[in-house]
Amino acid sequence: MTAAPTTPPKHARSGGWDNFQRKYAPYIFISPFFLLFFAFGLFPIIFNAYLSVHSWQPGSGLGDMEFVGLRNFTDNLTDPTFWLSLKNTAILAVESGLPQHLIAIPLAFAINMGLKRAQSFITAVYFLPYITSVVAISVIFFTLFSWQYGVLNAALNSLHHIPVLGVLFPGEKVNWLGERAFVQPSIAMVIVWRYVGWNMLLYLSGLQAIPGELYEAAAVDGATRSEQFRFITLPLLRPTIFLAVTLSLIGGFQLFEEPFILTNGGGGVGQAGLTTIMYMFRTYNAYSDAGVAAAMAWLLFIVIGALTIVNNLLFGRSGMGSNEAPR
Amino acid sequence: MKIQRVLALTALLSATLAAAQGKTTITVGVFPDLDSVVKAALPGFNKLYPNIEVKINSLAYADHHNALTTALSTGKGANDVEAIDFGYVAKFAEGNGMTDLSKAPYNAGALASKFVGFTFPQATTQDGRIVAMPTDIGPGSMFYRTDLLAKAGVKPSQLNASWDSYIANGKKVVAANPGTFLIPDASEAAQIILRTGLKAGDGLYFDKANKVLVSPDNARFVKAFTIAKQIRDAKLDAKAGGAFSPEWTTAFQKGNLATEFSGAWLVGHMQNWLAKDFSGKWNAQNLPGNTFASWGGSFYGIPAQSQNKEAAWELIKYLTTNPAQQVLAFKTTGAFPALKAGQTDAVFNEGVPYLANQKARLLWRTAASKIQPLDVNKLDPIADQIVSDALGSVLDGSKDIPTALAEAQRLIERRAR
Repeated sequence: MTAAPTTPPKHARSGGWDNFQRKYAPYIFISPFFLLFFAFGLFPIIFNAYLSVHSWQPGSGLGDMEFVGLRNFTDNLTDPTFWLSLKNTAILAVESGLPQHLIAIPLAFAINMGLKRAQSFITAVYFLPYITSVVAISVIFFTLFSWQYGVLNAALNSLHHIPVLGVLFPGEKVNWLGERAFVQPSIAMVIVWRYVGWNMLLYLSGLQAIPGELYEAAAVDGATRSEQFRFITLPLLRPTIFLAVTLSLIGGFQLFEEPFILTNGGGGVGQAGLTTIMYMFRTYNAYSDAGVAAAMAWLLFIVIGALTIVNNLLFGRSGMGSNEAPR
Repeated sequence: MKIQRVLALTALLSATLAAAQGKTTITVGVFPDLDSVVKAALPGFNKLYPNIEVKINSLAYADHHNALTTALSTGKGANDVEAIDFGYVAKFAEGNGMTDLSKAPYNAGALASKFVGFTFPQATTQDGRIVAMPTDIGPGSMFYRTDLLAKAGVKPSQLNASWDSYIANGKKVVAANPGTFLIPDASEAAQIILRTGLKAGDGLYFDKANKVLVSPDNARFVKAFTIAKQIRDAKLDAKAGGAFSPEWTTAFQKGNLATEFSGAWLVGHMQNWLAKDFSGKWNAQNLPGNTFASWGGSFYGIPAQSQNKEAAWELIKYLTTNPAQQVLAFKTTGAFPALKAGQTDAVFNEGVPYLANQKARLLWRTAASKIQPLDVNKLDPIADQIVSDALGSVLDGSKDIPTALAEAQRLIERRAR
């Protein structure tokens, strides 16, 4: 029995094991990600593409698919309701997207500049709506917006009775979710409320990347707070703005839960609250027309893709003249 | 003797063995409250069929139907018996996922005469397949608040004499009771008128030849839209949208509604949570204009993928065609029998305590026998959406009736190919 052989006897025989470890083990270790990605990421996309050129009713088996070529796409493109839903989505994206940023940027600036101590508390408060269940939010707002029994109308009506200022507020109850003109603004209001905190957080992190010396130097030169905001904050925040606007754009065109619940799934009066994703869901679920719904998803994908490119040209690195990225 | 005994013993043994092997287990997919009906039915069923064991898979209403859709799409995972609500039956009828019960060995068509007339057409496809058996129905009536009517000096018969009379007297009721509404939503009147006064063989939106019936020249649609618009313009409705919307629920709970059109099942909701405080103040009456309509109903079908179709059919037959079971279902959850023989029990002569002991069940039974059958069309869900959108734009004043109907007609025709 010789102790400690110079080369372990195993080695020669199990060179295969070593080889295996080196060559294949990494793939096994990383495979969970790929398996999940194939099952829940890639497969649905491929299946959706396949579905978009077939006619299929989800109630019958997979064998009942019938190839129809591009008919599903032309069906959508000639469908007035599809265009209406796209228009609604665009309007809602702007109505809810623009105010979010116009509120979030100055808010983040104020918190970053003046409220250092309570910063994390205030950030958390503003961020809370973002992580709350969207169903719970919509149900609460549904109750607030209620025409006959809502708090919002009760508040507006009591403000109406204040002597001089009262004329600014309506004396009649406003049917927020039941009247064509108010449906979209009501939905937009909820979305703004929900996402302001998220955008504020993005901007806050963007602001904290701006070196404090710049502000100090500006203060020495006699620049006021609003001048500092205009000439230092806004230009240096441009990459963050680009990111936040892109996210809002994508999110805005995928609007579903808020309008769905606030309009009881129907889109509200005159379909004013019907977004494209809602219409896609309806086409699949109520109309049992999976192929047309799948084609709609690809059309929406093209729209979002095109808008993102436009956004990139306008606000991205290649846009706005300067190519300098702030350090 | 000895040999005989051995033989008898062997026979007995093999019989028990066969019985043990012959025991089939089937699963039933249901939603609440229908699950309590099936649960209550099992002791009686197992007495007759000791060899069939039944397992109940109950899911929430929407989840149940979504799961069924998925199971039918992929061809896997469906229960042997599936409950289908009225709102979904047309959807499952058009695919090939359900067993055709009109064929042998089921021959469900022969059973049709035992059921309330309008139920079978709901589950029958355009090409004559029967995809499900009816179990309960929702015969409609007009519920009204006796105290609010009395204050206005309006008799219930004045409200349901005709739709014009409903509106004229409804104005008096609302005027005498400030803060109340005659009806939750004006569109309800239109939906009832659309579902009544059809020509035999016509569907709601399509005729037998698949021609679109929606048009500015169709009297049924024009009348439905006109009456609804009159109700809205007279400010009689609470603009509550659909049933169970928050606005609808609150109006009920606050006692601000003078009338509501609904199925008999609404009484259960009213006494349990919706209008608890107003027990004895509600009453039932036929719908205005001597019309009869149905609100909902449930069916049982067998998915084509089931491996135990025979046993599944036995259970369905028991649940739907056994009069004692149908009465038991009615006593359990108030599920109104679709089987005619289930409607003759003494319990139907009893008063309904919530409705001030009114014998409303007799009213519902008569109503059920007068509801006309509607033929289903696979495009009904699309037409339904388009027509209700058109009605919405008429009610909010953005379109006139002829324009809205012409547009709806165009949109539906575009889909029908």
